[in-house]
Amino acid sequence: MPELALVLEGADDRDLTKLGEYRGVGGYRALDKARGMEPEAVVEELLTSNLRGRGGAFFPMGRKASFIPKPEDVPKPRYVVVNADESEPGTFKDREIMFRVPHRLIEGCLITAHSIRSQNVFIYIRGEYLAEFEVVRAALDEARDEGLFAGVTVVLHRGAGAYICGEESALLESLEGKRGQPRSRPPYPAVSGLYAAPTLINNVETVSTVPKVIELGGAEYAKIGAPPNSTGTRLFSLSGNVARGGNYELELGTSLNDLIFEIGGGIPEGRKLKAVIPGGSSVPVLTADEVDTPLEHDAMTERGSMLGSGAVIVIDDRCCMVQLGLRVAQFYMHESCGKCTPCREGTRWMVQLLHKIEDGRAEHEELDLLLSVCDRILGKCLCPLGDAAAMPIASYVSKFRDEFRVHIDGGGCPFGGEASLEGVMAPVDQHTHHPVAEVPA
Amino acid sequence: MTLAEQIREIAAGYPQSRSAVLPALRLAQEQHGWLSPDALREVADALDLTPAYCQSVASFYDMFHMKPVGRHLVEVCTNISCALVGAQQVLEAFESELGVKTGETTADGEVTLRALECAGGCGWGTVVAIDHRYREPVRAEDVPTIVSELHDA
Repeated sequence: MPELALVLEGADDRDLTKLGEYRGVGGYRALDKARGMEPEAVVEELLTSNLRGRGGAFFPMGRKASFIPKPEDVPKPRYVVVNADESEPGTFKDREIMFRVPHRLIEGCLITAHSIRSQNVFIYIRGEYLAEFEVVRAALDEARDEGLFAGVTVVLHRGAGAYICGEESALLESLEGKRGQPRSRPPYPAVSGLYAAPTLINNVETVSTVPKVIELGGAEYAKIGAPPNSTGTRLFSLSGNVARGGNYELELGTSLNDLIFEIGGGIPEGRKLKAVIPGGSSVPVLTADEVDTPLEHDAMTERGSMLGSGAVIVIDDRCCMVQLGLRVAQFYMHESCGKCTPCREGTRWMVQLLHKIEDGRAEHEELDLLLSVCDRILGKCLCPLGDAAAMPIASYVSKFRDEFRVHIDGGGCPFGGEASLEGVMAPVDQHTHHPVAEVPA
Repeated sequence: MTLAEQIREIAAGYPQSRSAVLPALRLAQEQHGWLSPDALREVADALDLTPAYCQSVASFYDMFHMKPVGRHLVEVCTNISCALVGAQQVLEAFESELGVKTGETTADGEVTLRALECAGGCGWGTVVAIDHRYREPVRAEDVPTIVSELHDA
C-alpha cells in the first residue's frame, strides 16, 4: 500500500499530544541532532531533501531558508512564522497534524528556528480552529516547561476568519495587527517580512516534516516518493462524493485513482465519477478520464493542474459544473480582500455571469466574456487569490464546455433542480451591505 | 483583571503591541458579546490606537461581530465539499427548527444562524460549528436534537 506515515508516524498507536508519549516514539531526538549541527548544515539537509512547501506553492523550503540573510549582514531579529491558517476549500490536513502530532510541529519549529539562528517563532492558527488551538497551546506549555525551547519564544497567534490570511504576506500584515491585505513584492519575506525583518514562513505540514528530514538525513528522505521533484509524503485530504473521506498520508506519486477507489472506497450509491479537483478549490479540475494521474508535481503540471494543498475533492455525476463554478466563484468573491481591482471586480463579474448562465439568461458571447474576465484577472494581482478564482472557472468551461452550452441553448439548467449543489446558500449572500458593481454591457 | 489589563498583558508578548489587536478584539467581543463602539474604544485605549483603526481591522475579519448576535452561534459550512454531501439540506433543517432565515437571530435573541465558508472538515461533511465547537458529520436528521440541546444549554 502507498500509505506511509512519516508526519503522522506513531499517532495511530499512541496519544502523541502528550510529550512523554512523543518522546517514546523518538520525539525531540531530531531537535537534539539538529542543535548539534551548524545551522548552515541543517539548511543543507533541507536543500538535499528537496522538501517542498506543502501549503500549495511547492517552493523548496531549503531554498527559502537559504535566502535568510546572516546576522552579521543584517543586524535584525530573524523570525520563523508557521502558516496554520488552513482555509483552502477541501483542505483539513494541518488541522489533523496540530490535533494529533502537535509536538512534531513544535519540534519542526525549533529545528527551523535553529537553522536560521532565530529566537522567535510565531504560529498563526486559523481562528475557527478552536480545538486545535487548545491542543497546540497545551503541547507548547509542556515543551516550554521541559526546557526544550532553549531561549526561543513561541507565540501561538489566532486569526479571526479571513481566507486571504493564508497568503503569506497577508498573514504577516494580519500578524502585525492590520487588515489582512497582501503586500507587493519584492521585497520578499526572507528580506523584509514580519516587522520588516528577515522572516522564514512555512506551512504546518512542511514544518512538521522537518524532524523526519533531519532524522533520516536529506539524501535518504529524497529517495521517498517520486524524486527528484516530489519527494516524501503528503497528507491528502479526501472529500466530496467518496465513501471514506479523511486524511491519508501517502507517498508522493501514488495514483489519484488508487486514492479515490482503493483507499477512499470509491463513489457511494453506485454513482459515476464526473470530475476531481486534485489540490483544493483553487486548482484546475480533472475529468474522470484523467483520474489515472499520479499525485506528484510533474504529472499534475502536465495535465494542466496542480497538487496545491493536497485536497482531493471528488465530484459525482449529480453535479452541475455551472453550479460548481458559481459556488467556487462566490467563495473567492467573498474572500477577495479588495485591494487589487481585477480580483475585487472580476470575481463579482464571474458570479454574475455564472448566475446568468445557470438561470438560462445568458447569450453565447457571455461564455467568452466569462473566459475573458478570467484572463484579465490571471497574473494581474499582487497575490494569487484572483488566479485561484480564475483558473478553476476557466478549466470548468474548457473541460465541460458542452454543459455550459446546454444551459445557454436550453434556457436553464439541464439538471432541472436535481443537481447536488442546487440552491446552495453561500455566505456572500448574507452580506448585502457591499455595493455590487454590475457587469458592463 | 480588567479588560485593559488583560490586553496589555497579551501585548507584552509581542515585539510590537499593535500585533495584539486580533486577540484584544476577540477578548473584547467575548466580554461584550459583540464589538460595540464601547468595546472598540476599550481596545483602542489599551493599545494606544484609535477606535476607527480598531473598527477598520475588525470589519475585515468574519469572526468579529460588528452587530449584536445571539447568545449561541450556529454556523453551517456550505463550501463545495460539504455542499456536495447535503449542506444545504442541513442549513434548511436549522432554518426550519429555529424559525429563522440564514443570517438571522431568533426572536428571543438566543441563536444566530450563519452559513460559513470552508470550515476545514471537508472529509467529514457537513461541518456545523456550535459556538465554534465543530460537529462533524451532521446530517439533516441530526438537526432537531442539536437544536433542542441548544435550547437546554
